[in-house]
Amino acid sequence: MNTWNDERLERIISIVLRTGVILSAAIVFLGGACYLVRHGHELADYRVFRGAPEEYRSVRAIIHAMGPSNCRAIIQFGLLLLIATPIARVAFSLAGFALERDRAYVVITSIVLAVLIYSIAGQR
Amino acid sequence: MTNLEFTPLVFLISMTAGYLGALTGLGGGVVVTPALTLLLGVDIRYAIGASLVSVIATSSGAAAAYVREGFSNIRIGMFLEIATTLGALLGAFLSSRTPTSILAVIFGLVLLHAAWQSNRGHSERSTNALPDPLAARLKLNGTYPGDYGGDHGIEHYNVSNVKAGLGLMLGAGTISGLLGIGSGALKVIAMDQIMRIPFKVSTTTSNFMIGVTAAASAGIYLNRGYIEPGIAMPVMLGVLAGSMLGASQLIGARVRVLRRIFAIVVAVMAIEMIVSGVRGS
Repeated sequence: MNTWNDERLERIISIVLRTGVILSAAIVFLGGACYLVRHGHELADYRVFRGAPEEYRSVRAIIHAMGPSNCRAIIQFGLLLLIATPIARVAFSLAGFALERDRAYVVITSIVLAVLIYSIAGQR
Repeated sequence: MTNLEFTPLVFLISMTAGYLGALTGLGGGVVVTPALTLLLGVDIRYAIGASLVSVIATSSGAAAAYVREGFSNIRIGMFLEIATTLGALLGAFLSSRTPTSILAVIFGLVLLHAAWQSNRGHSERSTNALPDPLAARLKLNGTYPGDYGGDHGIEHYNVSNVKAGLGLMLGAGTISGLLGIGSGALKVIAMDQIMRIPFKVSTTTSNFMIGVTAAASAGIYLNRGYIEPGIAMPVMLGVLAGSMLGASQLIGARVRVLRRIFAIVVAVMAIEMIVSGVRGS
């Protein structure tokens, strides 16, 4: 019936996942190199939990903090891209099921996407 | 310790965890948290934040291959993700309200279970269990490439106990969000033993779901400051590199002995986690 579309969806999902992981790892690596060059000699102390600074705690703050002088924001942006990868996978699945006119799976996928968007963008 | 010493050390620990996690099927995330807290004294909240991020990386990387090969069932994954993502949200909320000593104890218990589970093996059974009418309605029943390959090797399977499986997935998601792990062991139990999905399909579909489940708690972790770039960077890169190395050696490697040894190491770490938690409270 719709096997052609399901297989095509699987191929697209595979590409989305691979691209997301490679791209985010590359950005985290670059940010990490920049961080070690600039802050390599500072003390690493993570025994007591203070929490990451406010500027690294939300999508908007991270994008705002991004810049060549803020290496940790570059790392955090790469991690954000990584978190977005499975979310993009769900979004592509939603489009795929919509094209297949599979109403049940459009509803199921929308619920999952809503939970994910609430988590990453929700105001708390 | 300066960052120039800390970062490579964490990278090496994470790479080892990722390598052994891939070889044994335990996953790197579940090993990296006890390693960071027990060896380096890192606060467990920083450790689970970094571990969660690494779980998304390894799961997405591996899923890209499995989906293409036709093992993962994306409909089963999508449907069960309703439960795992809601559970993950709940777990992440609970995580910040749970004292770290209790988190350590729960972590140790889950780790013990995972070590035991990974060593138990699994029994192949008839793939045509009693089909659930709900599974047919949701188009969950599927096919996968059998042992012979090609068109002749396509195996069909039916899915049972959909509602019970969904319930257990809610629990797996909660544990994942609470401890920053993939909780693959629980997901496989739900699919393999409760829903009677073939083992190979269960493990690959579990892997497929882990990334989305972890992404659901990642937003909350980020907001609470659990994802600290200075730790998450070497952990994510290390676990990813280690698990890619492990996966490439999986075929043909003699993993049986290694799996045994590693299960014992993990069990010892689990007990240390429990002891440290009990002492801390």
